[in-house]
Amino acid sequence: MLEKLRLALVITRRETRDQLRDWRIMVPLALLTLFFPVLMDVTAQQIVGFVIKQGGASILYERLIPFLLMVVGFFPITVSLVIALESFAGETERRSIEPLLDSPLEDWQLYVGKLLAGMAASIGASYLGTIVYLIGLKLTLNWLPPPVLLVQILILSAVQALVMVSGAVVVSTQTTSVRAANLLSSFIIIPMALLLQVESVIMFWGLYDILWWAILGQIVLAGMLVRTGLAHFNREELLGRELDAIDLGGSWRLFKKSFAGQARSFGYWYLQEVKLALGRLRLPIAFMALITLVGVWMGMDIAYKIPLTQGVYQWAKTAQDGMMLESFLKSNGLLMLMSVLFIWLNNLKSVLLLSFLAFFSFGVAGVIGLMVTLVVLGVLTGVAAQAGISPVLFATAYFLPHGLLEVPAIVITGAALLRLGTTLVTPAKGQTIGEAFIHALADWAKVILGVVIPLFFLAAWVEVLITPRFAIALLSIW
Amino acid sequence: MIEADGLTKQFDDFLAVDGVSLNVQAGEVLALLGPNGAGKTTTVRMLTSVLRPTRGRARVAGYDVVQHPARVRAAVGVLTEQHGLYGRMNAQDYLEFFGQIYRIEKTVLRQKVNQYLTTFGLDEARFRQIGEYSKGMRQKLALARAMLHEPPVLLLDEPTSAMDPESARLVRDSLASLRSAKRAIVLCTHNLLEAEELADQIAIIRRGKIVARGSPGELKERLLGLPEYEVRLAFPLKSILSLSKDRQRHPEPAEGLSQEQRHPELVEGSPQEQRYPELVEGLPLPAGISLTSQGENWFRFRSEDPLVFNPRVLEALVARQWPVVSLHEVPRSLERVYLQAVQAGAAPDDLTEVADA
Repeated sequence: MLEKLRLALVITRRETRDQLRDWRIMVPLALLTLFFPVLMDVTAQQIVGFVIKQGGASILYERLIPFLLMVVGFFPITVSLVIALESFAGETERRSIEPLLDSPLEDWQLYVGKLLAGMAASIGASYLGTIVYLIGLKLTLNWLPPPVLLVQILILSAVQALVMVSGAVVVSTQTTSVRAANLLSSFIIIPMALLLQVESVIMFWGLYDILWWAILGQIVLAGMLVRTGLAHFNREELLGRELDAIDLGGSWRLFKKSFAGQARSFGYWYLQEVKLALGRLRLPIAFMALITLVGVWMGMDIAYKIPLTQGVYQWAKTAQDGMMLESFLKSNGLLMLMSVLFIWLNNLKSVLLLSFLAFFSFGVAGVIGLMVTLVVLGVLTGVAAQAGISPVLFATAYFLPHGLLEVPAIVITGAALLRLGTTLVTPAKGQTIGEAFIHALADWAKVILGVVIPLFFLAAWVEVLITPRFAIALLSIW
Repeated sequence: MIEADGLTKQFDDFLAVDGVSLNVQAGEVLALLGPNGAGKTTTVRMLTSVLRPTRGRARVAGYDVVQHPARVRAAVGVLTEQHGLYGRMNAQDYLEFFGQIYRIEKTVLRQKVNQYLTTFGLDEARFRQIGEYSKGMRQKLALARAMLHEPPVLLLDEPTSAMDPESARLVRDSLASLRSAKRAIVLCTHNLLEAEELADQIAIIRRGKIVARGSPGELKERLLGLPEYEVRLAFPLKSILSLSKDRQRHPEPAEGLSQEQRHPELVEGSPQEQRYPELVEGLPLPAGISLTSQGENWFRFRSEDPLVFNPRVLEALVARQWPVVSLHEVPRSLERVYLQAVQAGAAPDDLTEVADA
């Protein structure tokens, strides 16, 4: 294995040397390594001076200086995006990739070699820039970050580089020109910009412990991106001469074909095609069922950690009393038919939003979003139990009637989103990544239209018109 | 070394290679000829395990191209149409880079790099950036890369296309010595003279199908018919024929007379010239020989069995005291064979059948 990795590093070495010979890469790296940290040092000094002069809160610079440390580490990392985007697409365009593809290197060796080459120079520059910034801080403000924070920032810089490069290499392997790769880079830049904003908030709030979670999350994401890249690495496509034009017409035709399947009538489509799509979701459905249980358990666990307030006891009292419940529901208009539409549309909105998020997160964000609903269910049950209501009675009265419809709808939605996500990280035999994704999208559309939307409608109807009456009746009997 | 059976490659709705079968033994050179876009490069890419065949199978150096792609690629040296060089590297570093990828031991690699740079005349330019190289130098460097790990199989696409005659000769000599060293070589080329010089077998590919295959001699015989032989004579044919008739009429030769005085009827533009076909009949050709063309002092014929009939022709001519200067086989270019094969008239099945036989 080490010998195989050594071969991958042969590629890394060559490419890194090549980058170091290219002034177009070296000039920005040098500027970001030497000039930019000094600029940030000056900025830090100015801020400190301003705050002291104004007699302002020292927390301003206490938070800003570590934040600038992160920024100094991040900026050189951005160069890695350019290098990585060029890694395969550039060689494909210059037709210099073929001798490498003809060599005995395995796919992963070629892939990892180029992945590391995309990171090496920029991480080196990032760390060098960080050192320059710290030297400046020590000399001017006599400040150094706590060792743990420094380690966090250094790891964070490396992990950000890994995420960007692994994303960029995926893009680069799926395109045959640098132009196309650059155009697709917004799929990396936008999420990274959002991520950086989140990290900035964390830094300004001083929640440095949460940075570990950010690091962990990015490592997982990078792992999935690497898996995606390897799963869809295809020597054949790299040698293809197809233009990287987006074939919307072709994609739409494929989607329609996959969506309709063999159906010649709506009845056939509903009874056969939707059934087949559900069949293909067997494994993700099983996984989502497990996630449901975990979500409820997590919610109940959280509930036991929440100290109960007087308000909770008041709520519990209402919840146990059928008469009080009826008057509460009537006074809030929750038994009106309009509420059915509201709940149904709200659920549909959530499904669409989570589906959108799932596209950018291998399905994970979608599943987590759905899981939140189940966690809330668990929290409510747990709080009720703590307040002295039987959890079985509470769940039966308040969730069971519509839950019988809504939970399967959640499970199926999550399964379809998971399938969309896993399609990206799973090699598709005889299909391109786009084709596989379109087939998964067609399955998603089938189950959402054919099963989830009707289930949510029925669930909303039951939730408004049956569950409250069932709860009132059950609690009155109890 | 290379066995391909029914190799087929379909790209969406385009059939790039359609049932190509090849067999190249160690020490053999196969020239793969065909127009641009005929499927040569796709075939080579399937043989290097870069493209996965849609149908059919192939074994290269004993390894299946689908089952053991890495082993196949390790056993093959490939010169691609695009040489795939890195402009910012120098030749020494470039060859060492690929040597490492092919796991050549460090000291051996140094020796080999020196050897190939010297062989291909790149020794003095070894530390110059490849970007500064001429086309020919780049091609030689790419060829050195393909040979560096001494693979048992070489797949070479246009190995001399950008080279000056001297460099091209050098490369052809190298290929000839590699053939002697029992390497199996597939040569994709448009240079038909090169193919004829180097190849033991020729396969002509057209629209993804092999339309003709065999040794250069077999292909010529099949596509151009039996070989032609030419007899060259010391005097014009007509005067010789006339002299023969005279001899029959006057057994003693008329000495001291010029040709024109002896045979005034053979002077150019005379009415005798109009009877040219009859002169042909006067040629002393035995059975099994057919006259194909004739000129002023030569004629050509086809022989069903040259070993049997050609000595008879010579014997008959000498017996009649015809002044024979030479008898030789008429050289036939591979170009004619190629053009005939790739033009629509060629019947693939028929041609391939003969080549197989």
